[in-house]
Amino acid sequence: MSHPLTREQNLELYYFMQLNRQLEERMVRLFRQNKIVGGLYSSLGQEAVSVGTCYALEKRDWIAPMIRNIGALLVKGVPPRDIFTQHMAKYTSPTQGKDGTSHFGDLKVRHIVSPISMLGDLIPVMTGVAMAGRYLGQKIVALTWIGDGGSSTGAFHEGLGLAASQRAAFVLIVENNQWAYSTPVSRQVPVKNLADRAVAYGIRSWIVDGNDVTAVYNATKEAVDECRAGRGPALIEVKTMRMRGHAQHDPAEYVPKEMFEYWKARDPIAQFEKYLTENKIWDAKTKSEIDARIERELDVEQKFAEESPMPPPELAEEGVYCEGCHTIEADWKRSKAEVTPPGCSIDPAWSLKDFGAFAEVATLAKQPAAPGGGNGAKTPKRVLAAPAKLAAKQPLPAQEPEEPSVPRVPFGRGPKDKSVRQAQNPRDRHQNSRDKQGRR
Amino acid sequence: MAPITMIEGIRQAMFEEMDRDPAVVAIGEDIGVYGGAFKATEGLIARFGRERVIETPISETAIVGAACGMSFLGLRPVAEMQFIDFIACCFNQVTNFVAKSHYLWGAPVPMVIRGPSGGGVHGGPFHSANPEMYFMHTPGLKIIYPSTPSDAKGLLKSAIRDNNPVLFFEHKFLYRRIKEEVPAGDHLVPIGKAIVRREGGDLTIISYAAMAHTAMEAAEQLAKEGINAEVIDLRTLLPLDRETILASVKKTNKLLVVHEDTRTGGIAGEIAALVCEGAFEDLDGPIARVTALDTPVPYAPTLEERFLPNTEKVVAAARELAKY
Repeated sequence: MSHPLTREQNLELYYFMQLNRQLEERMVRLFRQNKIVGGLYSSLGQEAVSVGTCYALEKRDWIAPMIRNIGALLVKGVPPRDIFTQHMAKYTSPTQGKDGTSHFGDLKVRHIVSPISMLGDLIPVMTGVAMAGRYLGQKIVALTWIGDGGSSTGAFHEGLGLAASQRAAFVLIVENNQWAYSTPVSRQVPVKNLADRAVAYGIRSWIVDGNDVTAVYNATKEAVDECRAGRGPALIEVKTMRMRGHAQHDPAEYVPKEMFEYWKARDPIAQFEKYLTENKIWDAKTKSEIDARIERELDVEQKFAEESPMPPPELAEEGVYCEGCHTIEADWKRSKAEVTPPGCSIDPAWSLKDFGAFAEVATLAKQPAAPGGGNGAKTPKRVLAAPAKLAAKQPLPAQEPEEPSVPRVPFGRGPKDKSVRQAQNPRDRHQNSRDKQGRR
Repeated sequence: MAPITMIEGIRQAMFEEMDRDPAVVAIGEDIGVYGGAFKATEGLIARFGRERVIETPISETAIVGAACGMSFLGLRPVAEMQFIDFIACCFNQVTNFVAKSHYLWGAPVPMVIRGPSGGGVHGGPFHSANPEMYFMHTPGLKIIYPSTPSDAKGLLKSAIRDNNPVLFFEHKFLYRRIKEEVPAGDHLVPIGKAIVRREGGDLTIISYAAMAHTAMEAAEQLAKEGINAEVIDLRTLLPLDRETILASVKKTNKLLVVHEDTRTGGIAGEIAALVCEGAFEDLDGPIARVTALDTPVPYAPTLEERFLPNTEKVVAAARELAKY
């Protein structure tokens, strides 16, 4: 299903993607000037993923960005100065210099959960966000991203399992950018599409061209709407390409040159510009106006960051515990009576649809044997064990007793060895064995 | 009030807090229909329903992660580890996500992780652990390890109301072996406060959980020999109650630390360091410790008895210390 965008929305998508790119390009320059304190991770070539997915969300929805989702933060309303100051470890940054990069959040206004560097942990956390949102009656959707690399972590699978079993309003964007640091996706995951993993959790999935911002937006909008309607979690695999190394220090020489060229021809911003022009959504004047606005805004934001002070050293000692600095209060959008006894009391018993027997076995047994291997999602079910009833109908053919296998010759021993002779010649063995009375 | 067991104290704390505040929810494995492996949550689901008593797959990382996510929206989840040994499965989620959120980006995580811990019940190497010291080294967490039904109830209620992530260790040997009258009404015990269980002037024995009882038994025996021991039950391990520890050592001038956790890197080392920093001039003898062996918890009763501290070992160590 397509969700047609207005001219303003299309222009806004362009604005955010270009803002994302120009902001990061400025940070590359700052990095080279030694003004970025730690590492710098580029999302060059992946702007359509961050922007297109987040654009499908509503203000009340929650996100948790990964390192290459600065575009999503911008869409959520985070000012570029927050990104600059975070990377430059300034006191004015959202974490006041306690953490860098996109590691910051905003629980109250923008509903952003900060990531940690260990991949996959956001998946159960955002599942919990979705569960709490439902409990409070907020009708929110929780969305996070994970790379092809991060999809191999235990937290990814535990989190998806819980989200599925809870039918949480949780959308997972699997951002397949082809590389986990220096390892290609084919060397990490033996399935063709990472979206195929959704089958194992009984959840819906989509595969999208991650360099087509409209396609990314449409798929996410559909998934988000279905989630909000209570249909459980959704997984969207976006296929894209990390156009730089893992971080600034990494020249990515392990990436074939042709691969970069292939994807450069599919640059998400260039493609979208072409789309806007061909469909007469904008003209050259509009483009230059937006580009000029981005430059103006970034000038101001970067200046603010560069002029900001470093945090005072004594700040290092503060904030380990919340000692009354935060008021913790849930935003209830439903009546508390529904979740207070007796309103919430139940008869605690399991209701089970069936008793777990392998009911399909009779039908499956009639089908020809399924070919093995291939894509897990499409492989037909195979009968792994025949139940006793079936076995009785088709008795196993009588089998010839197997020849006793010849023992492997122990290292350094030859055919003259007694044990070898015995094994090869059962008569010898008989002659050498003891009888029941223990005599030879 | 009739005397209650520790497990009943914990159960009552859960009921009372969930009754008091609909933001309190429980999450864990088998905590609903079954009532939890030790029945700490028995009857909870009947009263509060499936939305508030959330039964999960066997996924400790997901349990803690989801509880953390729920706390971001203002809920106060109480996550159960079926056995606290399994907290090792979600170590990253606890130490890197939950513990660091407030310091790094100002996100308080008001959640509790509770579960049965400790040995002496022949549970074997994976159902008897005392993993508290893995987490003592993690700024941002609070760690509670009570020894009585009254403290268990009052501290769990305080933990649920605390704005920080609290690890709540419940010694399974004590679950049903001791009974105590618990004060009526909204009984709260403050976090971070140790308690002097027995006053004495000859030496201080510091302990917690099941070993607090062992320390008391040892003190009674020592009293017959004319050695008057003061016994401190820490109750909260993190933040550690420096004041109570130092005040007692300044009074008795001798310190013996007893813990069921293994020796190297156990809390005795940390207490020894803080006593050296704060009361070195007051010490009349070396700081002594009686602890479990530096081995996994063995299974056979003969082996586990050798592994664990007991009254005799504590009395012997105290006698030696008293000679100084």
